[in-house]
Amino acid sequence: MIFRTFKKDELKKLVEILAAHNRIVGPVEAGRDKHGSPIYAFNEVSDFNSIRLNYTTTKLPAKRYFLPFQEDLSSFRTEGGGWQKIIDYNADKPLIFFGLHPCDINALNKLDKVLMHSVYPMPYYAAKRKNMFIIGVECIPQTFCFCRSMGADTALHGFDMFITDLGNKYFVEILTDTAYNFLKSIRTEEPEEKDHVLYMKAVAERNKKFTTRVDTTDLAKILDMEFQSDVWKHWGEICLSCGTCSNVCPTCYCYGVEETVDLDLKGARKTKTLHSCNLIDFAEVAGGHNFRPERHSRLKYRYYHKHRGFVEAFEESLCVGCGRCGESCLAGINVPEVIASVRGGKIKK
Amino acid sequence: MKPELKFVDVIAQQQRRHKRKNDLACFEHTFRSEVTSVYPLTEMETIYRIQIIDPEERKRFRFIPGQFLMLELPGIGEAPFSISSSPSIHGEVELCIRKAGNLTNYLAKVGRGAIVGIRGPFGTGFPMEEMHGQNILLIAGGLGLAPLRSPIAYAQENRSHFREVNIIYGTKSPANLLFTYQYDMWSRDDINLHIIVEKADPSWKGAVGLSTDILMKILSGRSDDFYHNTYAIVCGPPVMFKFVCKMLNTFHIPMQKMFVSLERRMHCGMGKCCRCNVGSTYTCIKGPVFDYWTVMNLKEAI
Repeated sequence: MIFRTFKKDELKKLVEILAAHNRIVGPVEAGRDKHGSPIYAFNEVSDFNSIRLNYTTTKLPAKRYFLPFQEDLSSFRTEGGGWQKIIDYNADKPLIFFGLHPCDINALNKLDKVLMHSVYPMPYYAAKRKNMFIIGVECIPQTFCFCRSMGADTALHGFDMFITDLGNKYFVEILTDTAYNFLKSIRTEEPEEKDHVLYMKAVAERNKKFTTRVDTTDLAKILDMEFQSDVWKHWGEICLSCGTCSNVCPTCYCYGVEETVDLDLKGARKTKTLHSCNLIDFAEVAGGHNFRPERHSRLKYRYYHKHRGFVEAFEESLCVGCGRCGESCLAGINVPEVIASVRGGKIKK
Repeated sequence: MKPELKFVDVIAQQQRRHKRKNDLACFEHTFRSEVTSVYPLTEMETIYRIQIIDPEERKRFRFIPGQFLMLELPGIGEAPFSISSSPSIHGEVELCIRKAGNLTNYLAKVGRGAIVGIRGPFGTGFPMEEMHGQNILLIAGGLGLAPLRSPIAYAQENRSHFREVNIIYGTKSPANLLFTYQYDMWSRDDINLHIIVEKADPSWKGAVGLSTDILMKILSGRSDDFYHNTYAIVCGPPVMFKFVCKMLNTFHIPMQKMFVSLERRMHCGMGKCCRCNVGSTYTCIKGPVFDYWTVMNLKEAI
């Protein structure tokens, strides 16, 4: 790994140089909530001043840029009595992601495992993922963050460069030669020993701010043991089965496929739409049988997939602990409380 | 049963492992195919013979009994179906399809000559070669005979490789019986066919009851040699294979020799959409054929 430092005003220069030739997605203020606090979102930006590098978290992950809610897998043209299938991976230009937090970078790393590095790699994802240039930034831990428990509080790979604020300058980790070359356009310096000390201090300060913890010891096994536990029924009772948790999750990738005929009747399309395992029809089969008809069985399944199934397949959880699902849940269900209740065998009043 | 471990031949296992597709372009690749024959079996079920149009692709298309494929009707939809035909026929498959939804109802209307798409084959199959030299029990309930027709064809074609072959087939009523025109051929190939219906009609002269009744008769009073050297393939509604597998288990048929095929509604067939997950296992990749030991370890499988 190669490290550099640069003065704070150099960052603006870097972004402006990159923006002149590329599309940039970054955290911007999208509005204010009822308490007057800013609501952040990942949007395409052209002006450095609209980027909020000290953002808390975004309501939605940057998922729509690599796993869009809806995209066509293919289209069909009818000809004679037959048809031709036209496949488009829906990626045409590279995209720079400026300001992803470690949790969101780790989310991509986890998605890579199942969508790119397993059997039948998914070209729709790969085409977008391979065209991402990621500039990560250090985060400010929020009360609902439990990424540290999920081992997702630091990103070791999956980005091109990663920036940490050292007060009067930035410390940057460089992972790719593309990033190294981009940095040639601004003035950077070789870090000195005192920069290393400052960096370690900054990270230690940040780590102190994590307050929420989830005990993941033996979690895969415990989820198996507590499969019939009544606590699931409790959470199922209050769950609205709305699927919001999946929508805001940076790692939820489940989907459904539907085909529609074009209005001109000369073609058709096959469309992939992100789904949620909390929605009632998720496990329905032909003839109407539903393998998970109750809300609690669907909610349980979601925890199962995140914290057990993925662990079994890839030796790590599919949850990065960003806490977005808990923050967005209309019923107030959040991962730390659900897991604590499963471990404890009862609901904390 | 003797508590004795068996030697595992790693080289033979490696040879059996079939190659996965890791090519990005494979993901949405569809074989343009033609429906060459439509043969109604009952009021609800029809057998469709589907042939890959491209001769090169047809030559390369191989599957093993128990695998499924995705059938696509552009603009209507795509759904998984298990292959019902002999694995020795390349580039042509038969699918036994019940009218149950949009896609299958539309398919019933299009008829012979229609151009459809197929992707696959996907998933695991029944380890037929592993069963050589053994007895096989093929137990089907209702539409469960559709996926069993492929291993049955294999057993017919390789009859000398197997000892006793029994088919136990249970349906609700005689009117639901599938592939009736083939029963005679199965018997001639020295395959014992036992049919049982839950509700007889006036013309029915066969057995009435549940498939477990027949299974009990077949299994009772056999030697240990029979139990230890018997493979079972079970396809049918979940409630059926729960009881069937339990019974096989009481006769000490090894759980690794009992295979079931699970039904789920895959949207991709390639371990991506998660719609077929059982607990957290992909039915499309680790299944649809599982041995009973694996099924016991899956949550909410049956």
